[in-house]
Amino acid sequence: MVERFLVYGVGGLATGSLYVLVALGIVLVYRSTRVLNFAHGDTAVLVTFVAFSLLSVHAPFWIAFPLSLAVGAAGSALFYLGILLPAQRRGSNPVSQLILTLGLALIIQGATGLVWGAEPKVLEFPLSDSDTVSLGPVVLSHLALATLGVGVVGAAGLYLFIQKTRTGLAMRALSQDLEGVQTLGIPARRLLATAWALSAVLGGTAGVFLAPVLFVDPHFMLEPFLKGFAAAVLGGLDSLPGAILGGLLLGVAESLFGGFISVKFKASFAFGIILVVLLLRPEGLLGRPFKERV
Amino acid sequence: MDLVTRHQQDIRLLRKPWQVVYVFVLLVGFLLLPAVASDYTLYIVTFVLVYSIGALGQNLLIGYAGQISLGQVGFLAVGAYAFAHAAKTGIPFFPSLLLAGSAGAVAGVIVGIPSLRLKGPYLAIATLGFGIAAAQALTNWEWISGGRMGLVVPKAELLGFDLGGTTATYYLYGAISAVFILATYNLTRSFVGRAFIALRDSDVAAEVLGVHLTRYKVLAFAVSSFYTAVHGALWGQLLAYLEPQMFTFIESVTLLAAVIIGGIGTVAGSIFGAAFVVLVPQLLSDYREGVPILFGVLIVLVMLLEPLGLYGRWIKTKLYFQNFPFR
Repeated sequence: MVERFLVYGVGGLATGSLYVLVALGIVLVYRSTRVLNFAHGDTAVLVTFVAFSLLSVHAPFWIAFPLSLAVGAAGSALFYLGILLPAQRRGSNPVSQLILTLGLALIIQGATGLVWGAEPKVLEFPLSDSDTVSLGPVVLSHLALATLGVGVVGAAGLYLFIQKTRTGLAMRALSQDLEGVQTLGIPARRLLATAWALSAVLGGTAGVFLAPVLFVDPHFMLEPFLKGFAAAVLGGLDSLPGAILGGLLLGVAESLFGGFISVKFKASFAFGIILVVLLLRPEGLLGRPFKERV
Repeated sequence: MDLVTRHQQDIRLLRKPWQVVYVFVLLVGFLLLPAVASDYTLYIVTFVLVYSIGALGQNLLIGYAGQISLGQVGFLAVGAYAFAHAAKTGIPFFPSLLLAGSAGAVAGVIVGIPSLRLKGPYLAIATLGFGIAAAQALTNWEWISGGRMGLVVPKAELLGFDLGGTTATYYLYGAISAVFILATYNLTRSFVGRAFIALRDSDVAAEVLGVHLTRYKVLAFAVSSFYTAVHGALWGQLLAYLEPQMFTFIESVTLLAAVIIGGIGTVAGSIFGAAFVVLVPQLLSDYREGVPILFGVLIVLVMLLEPLGLYGRWIKTKLYFQNFPFR
């Protein structure tokens, strides 16, 4: 019993660390631009497909992976500068900005389907799902281990960037007061575009590491994206530590739920969590309670 | 040009004599269409009619009451399965339809009450969560969805007539959606519709003016999900078969796209939008993968350039010709 609990728990941590990456991307954008990016998952799909193409022409993984992330980052920043920014300048409300990202999501879905086709593909990943390492009673595949590692590295890297660099400091200031930052002469638009690009990098990483488990098709990130969303809501939409906590909690809780209660309703579990969290504590576990000015 | 001196004139359904002619021409065209069109055309038009009901429901919620919902697929699933099971137990067509709509309305109230505390993006997430959870739960529950085999929806019968034929279905669905269109027009020009618009524009101001926020927000959800559930029921009846893969997030997005492309906050816009989201995939059936791109590009363009969508374009074109030499 305890062993099963451990196995499911550690497995959940591995999945959870990918939810963390997705959630961090969502929170990063939401904090800085106040936009819920519904195209987050699709950007990750784009990154994964680019990686797939590069890997299938036998580019080494260490070249293909950063290159595809760069493509995703560029696309994401371009969307912000080219579409969202003009919309914000016209004073569009949060809901119509959200709908704009939905539009982008549809465009990417269609484009990836057009270029790479709808049939599922297998990404040639350098790590295998079947070779395992035993840590006491818990058996982990190389892939799960790498996934955990990537989650930790991504989250720690983002933490260091936000907390220890000048750019990070400017970003934190930006999320508090846009006009104040602009008055101080900090290039706010460039920083916001950077936030969008970083968000795509985080999401894209999650996509590439999920690809060996799921098959790659234009819709394969929808479910993980929605889970990342749930994790972000659970932790608090404007809190980066919250995204980490939420992602790990969701991964573990979901894995335990699937292991002990019902596999069939495992997928619906995360959305149940969204509803409960929004009902009881809409700002999430670590988020600041939001007040509204009338 | 459009002088209104009394409230009665302002809320009249047909304000101009030529509008009567329009409606008459539309009605005659609708009745005569089966005489000239092929079965395939009728079938597609029937689809447009079904989608226009769902789009009207979504429009009431997002366009009039200002409450975004990305969870329409949940109400769609509730309606479709409620209808299919009611029809299977031998309940006649109209009571089953009413039952499906009511089931949807109840689901709408269940979502609406927690949503009272949420706004904008948070509401979008909550409804998204509900929609996906509800659709997944219903389709995973084998007693309801019939498992992997899917669920066969029995053919409708009305007073002993078989309603399976394309023409009969066309007329029946036309009548039902006409009722819904008329009901929407009536709702939007009544005090309820005005309360919806007031709470969309500023809920605080609306409350100060005496609009009961709780009641009207929940009512908006209930009415909208009633529409969507009826859409689901008719959709299931038309396809005669329900399978779990039908109820995905994409359906929610399609309904939202219909409202936005058609024209947010207008009844005619919903119908244009419904026609658009049904016809475009049909016309582009050789380029299926291109359809989401087109929808996406159009949504972005509409949001950026033409906030009233197709309907707004139509009004502008009409005005241009009315005032022709002058601009």
